[in-house]
Amino acid sequence: MGVMPKWADVVLVPLISLIIAALLSALLILAIGESPIAALKLMIEGTLLRSSGWGYMLYYTTNFIFTGLAVSVAFHAALFNIGGEGQAMMGGLGVALVCLFIPWPHWTFAIIGASLGAAFFGMIWAGLPAYLQAKRGSHIVITTIMFNFIAAGVLNFFLVGALKPKGSMDPATANFPAATHLPTFEDMAGLLGLEKMFRAAPANVSFFLALVACVLVWFLIWRTPLGYEIRAMGKSEPAARYAGIGSVKIIMVAMMISGALSGMMAINTTQGESERLILNFTEGAGFIGIAVALMGRSHPLGVFLAALLFGFLYQGGAELALWTKIPRELIVVIQALVILFTGALTLMVRGPLERLFLSLRRRR
Amino acid sequence: MDFLTLLQVLDSSLRLATPLLLACLAGLFSERAGIFDIGLEGKMLAAAFLSAAIAATTGSVWLGLLAGVGAALLLSAIHGLASITLRGDQIISGVAINFLAAGLTVVISQDWFGQGGRTPPLLAGGRFEPLDLPGAVPAKEISEAGPFRQLYSELLSGHSLLVYVALLMVPVTWFVLYKTRFGLRLRAVGENPAAVDTAGISVVGLRYAAVGICGVLCGIAGAYMATALQAGFVKDMSAGRGFIALAALIFAKWRPWYALGACLLFGFFFAVDNRFQNILLPAWAMSGVLFALGLGLFAYVRHKTLLDRIVLGGLGLGLAIVAALITLSSLSAGLGSMIKIPVVFIQSLPYVLTVVVLAGFVGKAIPPRSGGVAYVKEK
Repeated sequence: MGVMPKWADVVLVPLISLIIAALLSALLILAIGESPIAALKLMIEGTLLRSSGWGYMLYYTTNFIFTGLAVSVAFHAALFNIGGEGQAMMGGLGVALVCLFIPWPHWTFAIIGASLGAAFFGMIWAGLPAYLQAKRGSHIVITTIMFNFIAAGVLNFFLVGALKPKGSMDPATANFPAATHLPTFEDMAGLLGLEKMFRAAPANVSFFLALVACVLVWFLIWRTPLGYEIRAMGKSEPAARYAGIGSVKIIMVAMMISGALSGMMAINTTQGESERLILNFTEGAGFIGIAVALMGRSHPLGVFLAALLFGFLYQGGAELALWTKIPRELIVVIQALVILFTGALTLMVRGPLERLFLSLRRRR
Repeated sequence: MDFLTLLQVLDSSLRLATPLLLACLAGLFSERAGIFDIGLEGKMLAAAFLSAAIAATTGSVWLGLLAGVGAALLLSAIHGLASITLRGDQIISGVAINFLAAGLTVVISQDWFGQGGRTPPLLAGGRFEPLDLPGAVPAKEISEAGPFRQLYSELLSGHSLLVYVALLMVPVTWFVLYKTRFGLRLRAVGENPAAVDTAGISVVGLRYAAVGICGVLCGIAGAYMATALQAGFVKDMSAGRGFIALAALIFAKWRPWYALGACLLFGFFFAVDNRFQNILLPAWAMSGVLFALGLGLFAYVRHKTLLDRIVLGGLGLGLAIVAALITLSSLSAGLGSMIKIPVVFIQSLPYVLTVVVLAGFVGKAIPPRSGGVAYVKEK
């Protein structure tokens, strides 16, 4: 079947796509009249050579791991969950309700409660489109897009209405009680005796929660019967149905897990960073999950690496916007190119590679 | 609300529906040929930017329109290359195009104009001006005119050329799709490309033509937003209109005349949302409607499977709880008291209605059969 060895498929194809995206972005930077090399140097200095840079990068990475895993789980069932953004917004609502209305004694309990709240709300928001796909045949891409907009409406409704403290002007909830605040990397470094590390950076313990989620998703997809059923459905629905795997169940379960993962992104941003629920806290992370999942080939390890890369790009992009005249939106262009080359134009990368490997094999 | 206010709301509905209608017809051509297009939003945005940028620098709105169409066509070409020639995933390609437009428009406009991602405001020659139809009453005297004169002058006259172009595109689209050979082939290629191929007609050619028409219409839609509806480009100015157009397309079940109706309806929601900050309804009516909807759902799922009962029953329960909350909160003021409908409710209505239609509870929407599937010629 495969013309290429597996390593080439898993490593070379995303890598070449990334290089093409990087080259095109470099051309764009040149066209603006800046130097791509200086820009890259600036990005590395502001991200990898300072501990607070790492703190910002890992904060973004945490978001992207959650949303990337969410898109990946759905991809395994051949479903395209484009609704990560809306599911994350609802997750934020779950986090806010749990943190505001339950008197938590300590953050360790609060993070468990908030995870459950976020996962539950995200799950419901993915469950409805899943139900409509499974039982009524409504195209899940369209319904999840619509649910993104409806979620924005719901969030807006609560933040300018019921959840806004009296007398406040911002569309945001009250600050969460101090007992729910998560330790940041700065606090943790302080405990280890490393003062002045990660100063003022937003990365917090939920990064480790994201790592745990990576391991759990890997275990679920490749080590459990349910994961097997999800993958079987994704490869061939008729074959899976013939083997007695119910498509309704798999669509529901895969999408609900996906929604729960998207929703859990809100722990990092809402409980960990802003410590209250604000509008637009998702900042497009739900969509970046698509790029992350495509780049990481829907494997948790790949998702982790791709999320690191995008975390680097986001923090680096902020540095660029600060010091040069390259706007932050350059990162959106890079993200678009990555999605384009790893998701839609794969044949353009894969075709020549396959021919190369074929001719190598013939020569042998 | 008097007659003139109603006319003004309808007038603004028409203006706000125009970009939706153009984008919706664009999507109609593409999707009827079997190419899903999530990238309407991005194409409109790119066209809005380039048309405003060129109109601002040259002072000619026509050059701006041309440039806008060019920008949308370029993105269409990428979509065509990805989804027709390279048989890639059409949805992912559309997502990428949306991001590409969102990023590039800001990066380029920042470089060209340095105004934080906007173009300079357009002056007289750089905009499509409203056209006054013959015999229309000027705005100052309109309140004294009779109802028919008011209807003619306020609603039909005084729009920019592109509004009339958009309206004209509806019968044109209908004619092209249903009364010409090209249209028959285009529809066939979205239903059964193998049959079209067997008849010796190029599937690839037809699909590129459809994607091209889609680009032109999206280009006009974007140019309308930046040079007629508003005077210049601002960052993210399409604000989800491409997705609403997609919703309207499904709401219209991929038919041109229905598309006109759907876009006017969604435009009306926009206009109502712009014009009225507070829409008041008596509490009893609001909770009554919600309660009836909830009960209806309960009755519907009584003999269905467990999953149906959990999901739809849960939805019904949610509606009943909201109804109960409204009733409780208004008890002190009496059930006849007026309650404000939240603004976001009107804003979310197009999306909710689309989901209801997609779910097939009210008239099932069936997409073209080969939509989203790349055609591989048999060897």
